[in-house]
Amino acid sequence: MTNIHSTAAEMASALAAKEISSVELTQQHLDRIAAVDGKIHAFLHIDSAGALEQAGAIDKKRASGEKLSPLAGVPIAVKDILAQKGIPTTAGSKILEGWRPPYDSTVVAKLKAAGVVILGKTNMDEFAMGSSTENSAYGTTQNPWDLTRTPGGSSGGSAAAVAAFEAPLAIGTDTGGSIRQPAALTGIVGVKPTYGAVSRYGVVAYSSSLDQVGPFARTVLDTALLHEAIAGHDERDSTSINAPVPQIVAAAKRLDVKGMKIGVIKELSGSGFQAGVSARIAESIELLVAAGAEIVEVSCPNFEYALAAYYLIAPSEASSNLARFDSMRYGLRVGDDGSKGAEEVMSATREAGFGKEVKRRIILGTYALSSGYYDAYYGSAQKVRTLVKQDFDNAFAKADVLISPVTPTTAFKIGEKSNDPVAMYLSDIATIPVNMAGIGGMSLPVGLADEDGLPVGLQIMAPVMQDDRFYRVGGTLEAALLSKWGKPILSNAPDLAGQK
Amino acid sequence: MAAISRDDVAHLAKLARIEMTPAELDHMASELEQILGAVKRVQEVATSDIAPTSHPLSMSNVFRDDVVKPSLTNDEALSGAPAQAEDRFKVPQILGEE
Repeated sequence: MTNIHSTAAEMASALAAKEISSVELTQQHLDRIAAVDGKIHAFLHIDSAGALEQAGAIDKKRASGEKLSPLAGVPIAVKDILAQKGIPTTAGSKILEGWRPPYDSTVVAKLKAAGVVILGKTNMDEFAMGSSTENSAYGTTQNPWDLTRTPGGSSGGSAAAVAAFEAPLAIGTDTGGSIRQPAALTGIVGVKPTYGAVSRYGVVAYSSSLDQVGPFARTVLDTALLHEAIAGHDERDSTSINAPVPQIVAAAKRLDVKGMKIGVIKELSGSGFQAGVSARIAESIELLVAAGAEIVEVSCPNFEYALAAYYLIAPSEASSNLARFDSMRYGLRVGDDGSKGAEEVMSATREAGFGKEVKRRIILGTYALSSGYYDAYYGSAQKVRTLVKQDFDNAFAKADVLISPVTPTTAFKIGEKSNDPVAMYLSDIATIPVNMAGIGGMSLPVGLADEDGLPVGLQIMAPVMQDDRFYRVGGTLEAALLSKWGKPILSNAPDLAGQK
Repeated sequence: MAAISRDDVAHLAKLARIEMTPAELDHMASELEQILGAVKRVQEVATSDIAPTSHPLSMSNVFRDDVVKPSLTNDEALSGAPAQAEDRFKVPQILGEE
């Protein structure tokens, strides 16, 4: 019986076999959202009417025998940072409250063309700046595993929606770990594709040289199906790679790692990582060896500087990108009573419209780019970026893929780090190097930590445009883990609908 | 490194066009100092022989043919405007009054 607990691939087969209609499947998910989202707060906007209308159109096309895309009729949740025509798009900020974009982002347009049914827009840290959704101007998302904990961020709403069975698929963005970290903290799969593999057109820009759109799902195959649906060259994004998308769906189905060399990054293991996290990673390594992979240790000595470089590069680019929120053409305008000039109105609007973390990063970026400090901060950070890329090049000379934990700890408590920016920044220590080098990475759930029973994510990284490699390794390890557990990891999570 | 003063932050806030109260300026000054203390580590390894990387892809400008295509209508382009008049964005006064 196909239901909200099915995989997206199962839903797609049932739809193709006409065992269920897209309207029925969409309604099941809308019912689930109505039942549990009061506790989770994954969504900022639910488009019930639009989703059912889109589902009805797909059902009609299917009935008429039209050839449809593999995911046609399957529902999805989209991070509120991607423009969707006529639908509120806030990027988690008050400065965009009420804005309805007059156009679709390329990813949303691709989803619509593929017949993927958009349920609504998901919560996020304001302008994707954060690791917990606590920086959203519209309230924090709760982790479905434990409502007192964060789901991670910035794409925490998308991750929580998938983990809570409110949607089988979701779209996120990842600038320093914003897909992989929430995937790890909620026990689902998340992928940050190679930089340039998925169009950024219509995505509210945070740090343009690091931002990348990517998929969330509950299985490796589902993630691959979504990845394939959104990837590809786009002439409207000048940083889009004009090359064929790797065969990721085939790689996810391959279930074989014989002869592959898997590099374990020395600097991203041991001290600094929670014991339960390290234990699950060690077990995964054993399973990969049993499946025929060869393990090699690699060293990336400059990774320890990547976090510092990131918190100069990203705020610098943000201070420039967010200059567009000037209250002139769209978004909030405050204090325009006829007596004030444009600059005064601009400053009052940005004061009222931006949250604390956004202001902090704009000021930090303005400082790092200002004359007299440019070479010492932004310039030095760019050199570290070169060193991080060199570390990856050297490591990939010895291994086909690299692995590490995704996060130092399992999901942390809401409020635990919100007053200590530097402690919050540390949760991205293992994910940031991937963005700096522009390569792709996957977060795969590999079990629960013994000390707290919360999910642990394994990060699998591959060279630029070799994203198929982490799908191959991820698919193989997922199958080995599933046969060991006998049931999917999310069956250990609380049944939210039953909780009062 | 010199300490970050309230005046330093006030200057940055002016450049970034963000109004801030004196209390906010003080708070931001201490936070900025804390963050800069953590990120200045980049200087330990950023020696003069290393070339900077500004972008993950080594690509130069991308051009397309200059062909007229359908674009947003006037109404669509103005649909999010905080204020409009005569089919244009209406903005607060930009130049000083004469």
